[in-house]
Amino acid sequence: MDLFRAHVLVCCGTGCTSAQSLKIIDRMEEELTASGLNKEVKVVKTGCFGLCAEGPIMVVYPEGVMYYRVSPDDIREIVTEHLLKGRYVQRLMTVSTSVPLDQARNVDESDFFKKQMRIALRNCGIINPESIDEYIAHDGYQALAHILTEKIKPLDVIDQIKKSGLRGRGGGGFPTGLKWEFAARQMNEQKYVCCNADEGDPGAFMDRSILEGDPHSIVEAMAIAAYAIGANQGYVYVRAEYPIAVKRLQGAIDLARSYGLIGQNIFDTDFSFDIEIRLGAGAFVCGEETALMRSIEGKRGNPTPRPPFPAVKGLFGKPTILNNVETYANIPVIINKGADWFAGVGTEKSKGTKVFALGGKVNNVGLVEIPMGTTVREIVYDIGGGIPAGKAFKAVQTGGPSGGCIPASLLDVPIDYDNLVAAGSMMGSGGMIVMDEDTCMVDIAKFFLEFTVEESCGKCAPCRIGTRRMLEILEKITSGHGTMDDLDNLERVALAIREGSLCALGQTAPNPILSTMKHFREEYIEHVVDKKCRCGVCKGLTTYTIIADLCKKCGLCAKRCPVNCISGVLGKEPYVIDASQCIKCGACEQACKFKAVVRR
Amino acid sequence: MGTITVQTHEEKMTLVREAISRHSHDGRKALMQVLQDAQNAYGYLPLAVQREVANGMGLSVAEVYGVVSFYSFFSMTPKGQYEVSVCMGTACYVKGSQAILEKIENELGIKAGQCSEDEKFSINACRCIGACGLAPVITVNDDVYGRLAADEIPAILAKYKEA
Repeated sequence: MDLFRAHVLVCCGTGCTSAQSLKIIDRMEEELTASGLNKEVKVVKTGCFGLCAEGPIMVVYPEGVMYYRVSPDDIREIVTEHLLKGRYVQRLMTVSTSVPLDQARNVDESDFFKKQMRIALRNCGIINPESIDEYIAHDGYQALAHILTEKIKPLDVIDQIKKSGLRGRGGGGFPTGLKWEFAARQMNEQKYVCCNADEGDPGAFMDRSILEGDPHSIVEAMAIAAYAIGANQGYVYVRAEYPIAVKRLQGAIDLARSYGLIGQNIFDTDFSFDIEIRLGAGAFVCGEETALMRSIEGKRGNPTPRPPFPAVKGLFGKPTILNNVETYANIPVIINKGADWFAGVGTEKSKGTKVFALGGKVNNVGLVEIPMGTTVREIVYDIGGGIPAGKAFKAVQTGGPSGGCIPASLLDVPIDYDNLVAAGSMMGSGGMIVMDEDTCMVDIAKFFLEFTVEESCGKCAPCRIGTRRMLEILEKITSGHGTMDDLDNLERVALAIREGSLCALGQTAPNPILSTMKHFREEYIEHVVDKKCRCGVCKGLTTYTIIADLCKKCGLCAKRCPVNCISGVLGKEPYVIDASQCIKCGACEQACKFKAVVRR
Repeated sequence: MGTITVQTHEEKMTLVREAISRHSHDGRKALMQVLQDAQNAYGYLPLAVQREVANGMGLSVAEVYGVVSFYSFFSMTPKGQYEVSVCMGTACYVKGSQAILEKIENELGIKAGQCSEDEKFSINACRCIGACGLAPVITVNDDVYGRLAADEIPAILAKYKEA
C-alpha cells in the first residue's frame, strides 16, 4: 500500500461541485505531478464537509488546515507554499462571515464543528464516497458481517434497534424498530425494503449529502433491514434532481455487489438481497410513504388510506418497510457501538443526533449534525455564526412546508421531536431556514402555501380545495384587501384541513399559517388594519418615496426606473416618484447611493 | 444535455421505441423509467410520444397522460436550447430568488414555464436543487451560478445569447 505524507481532501458535494471543485482536483493533480509530489501527496474526493457557504472547501491533512472559497487559480500557491514549503496560505484561511472560525487550530476545534456530533455524517468529508475500500477501512460493512457471520437472529437485530430508541428521521418520528417488527411478523414469501431519498422539502439537503458523501452506509443499512424483516429486494427512491447522488449511489450498489456484500448468498449464508434505484419525477407528495410506493409501481403518486399499513400491505401489495436516508445512516453505528451507546445520546424521548440543513439568513450556511437536546440558539449563533450584516433574528423555520416558524422567544428550547411539535413546528426532514427582520412572515406563509397548492395531489377535497382557499385569503391580505374576518376564516379553514385531509401533506399544510399566526399575529394585523408590511416585502402594501432633503438630484434613480415614473431636473430639482405608475420593483432604492429612496 | 445535436422527429421516435423495449421485461411498473428515458430522448413528452409509449406498453393513453401530468419533471412543452432554472427553494427565496426570476423574465421577455419563440431559452422556476450554500442559485443547462444579485443576470444571459 502506498504511503502519503499529506492528504488533500476536496469537497465534491453538490454545492462545492457547482463552484468548480472538480476543476480544482484536476488542477491539483496537474500541479502535484509538475512538482514531483504526486507520490507524496494524495488528493481525495470527499462528500460534504458541511460548511457549504464557504465552498469550495479543501482540507489538508495531517495539519487539518481548512481552505475556503478555493478557486482553480489558487492551487499553484497551495502546492508551492503549503505542500512544498510548509507555509499555510493565510489568505484562504479566513472566512468572509462576521464571526470568523478559529483558524489557528485544527478544523475540528472550530466553533462550527465543536458543538456538532457526527453519527449519520460520520464519513462525509472524510472518505472518498466512490471507494468501497475506504468505507470498509472505516468499519464499513462490519455491522452486516457481524450479524450474518455470528448468526444473530433477525428479531434480536430488531431488538437492538428498538432499544436504541431510534425514531424516523424523515419527519414523523415513528420508532424505527417498531416499524421493522411489524413487517418482520408478517408471514409472506416476498417483502420489500425501501429507502426514501425523495427529499422534497425546499431548503433541505441532508439526505443528498449523505448519499453523495457516504452511499455505502445506506446500502449496508438496507441489507441489515432486509435481513431483519425477511426481505430480499430493496428500492431506493431518489430525486432525479440529484444527479451526483444518483451516480454515487449506483456506483456503491455495483461495487457492493461485486464484493459480494449484496447479491446472492451474502457472506455464504442463505441470505440474498439486492437493491435497485428508482428515480422520482418531482412530486412532493411522493415523500408520503403510500404515495412513494405507488410511484415505484409506475403509477400516479396518490396516497392511499392507512390501514392497511405498508408493513402489512405495501409495495406491490407486499409487506414493506420504508425508512429515510438519515435513519438508515444511523443503523450500522447502532449495531457496531451498541444500542446503549446510541441511547446515551440525546434527550429522554429523542435519541441520537439530527442533521439539519442550515440555510437562509445565517453566516455559516451548511450541514450540521447535533445531539438531540441542543437548543435553537446554539445552532443559529454558535454553530451558524449568527445573522449576517448585523440584522436582528426573527425566526427559524423547520419542517419545510409541513412545519412552522420558531420565534425568538423559543430560541432556548432544546430540539427534539416533541418540543418542536409543542412549539407549533415539527422536526421534519431537517431543513432549518433562518429568517431575519427583513423576512415578512405573512409572505413566508404564502410562499409555503403556494408550494402545497401546487403539490397537492388532488385526491382529497380538504387538501385540494382547502389549501387553495387559504392561499386566496393570504393573497388578499398581502395585497392590502384583507379584513379581520379573513384572519378568523383562515384559522377555521386551517383547522378543518388539518382534521380532514387524507395524508400528511394535507394534514400538515396549515402548519406554516397556524404557527406564524400564533407567533407573529401582530404582523398579520398590521397587514390587515394598518395596510402595512413592515418588511417592505408585500408589494401591494409598499410605497417608495424620495426624501427631497436627501436627494442629490443625480437622476440615477430615474435612469434605472423601468417604467419611467420618476421625474425631476438633473442637478436642479429633487426627483419624485409617481406612485400611481410605480411597479414597486425597488430598482430606484438599489440605485440611490444616498439612501434618499425609502420603502414603507 | 450539454451538447446540442439536431435530430429529426423520426430519429428521436426510434430512441423512444428503444427505451420502451429496453424496459419491456418489467411490464407496467416500468412506466416511470420509460417516460424518463423517452423525455431524455425526445426532449419533452408531446402527445405523439405519450401515444407511442401507451401502444408500446399496452396501456391506455389516459393512463400514460395521468402519470405524465402528475409529475412536474415530465414536460409536455418543449424546452429551449438553454433552460434557465431558478431555484425557488426556501433558502434561495429568503435571499431574493423572486427578484432574480423577475429579472430573467424581463430580460428574456418570457415567463417561467415558457419557451422563447426562437426556442433558444426557456425559464423554469424549479424546486430546491439543494445548493443552499450558494443561494440564490440559477442553472443554465448544466452550468451553475450562485450567490447572485439581480444585476448580474444580464451578463450571464448575454453569454448564451451570443453562443
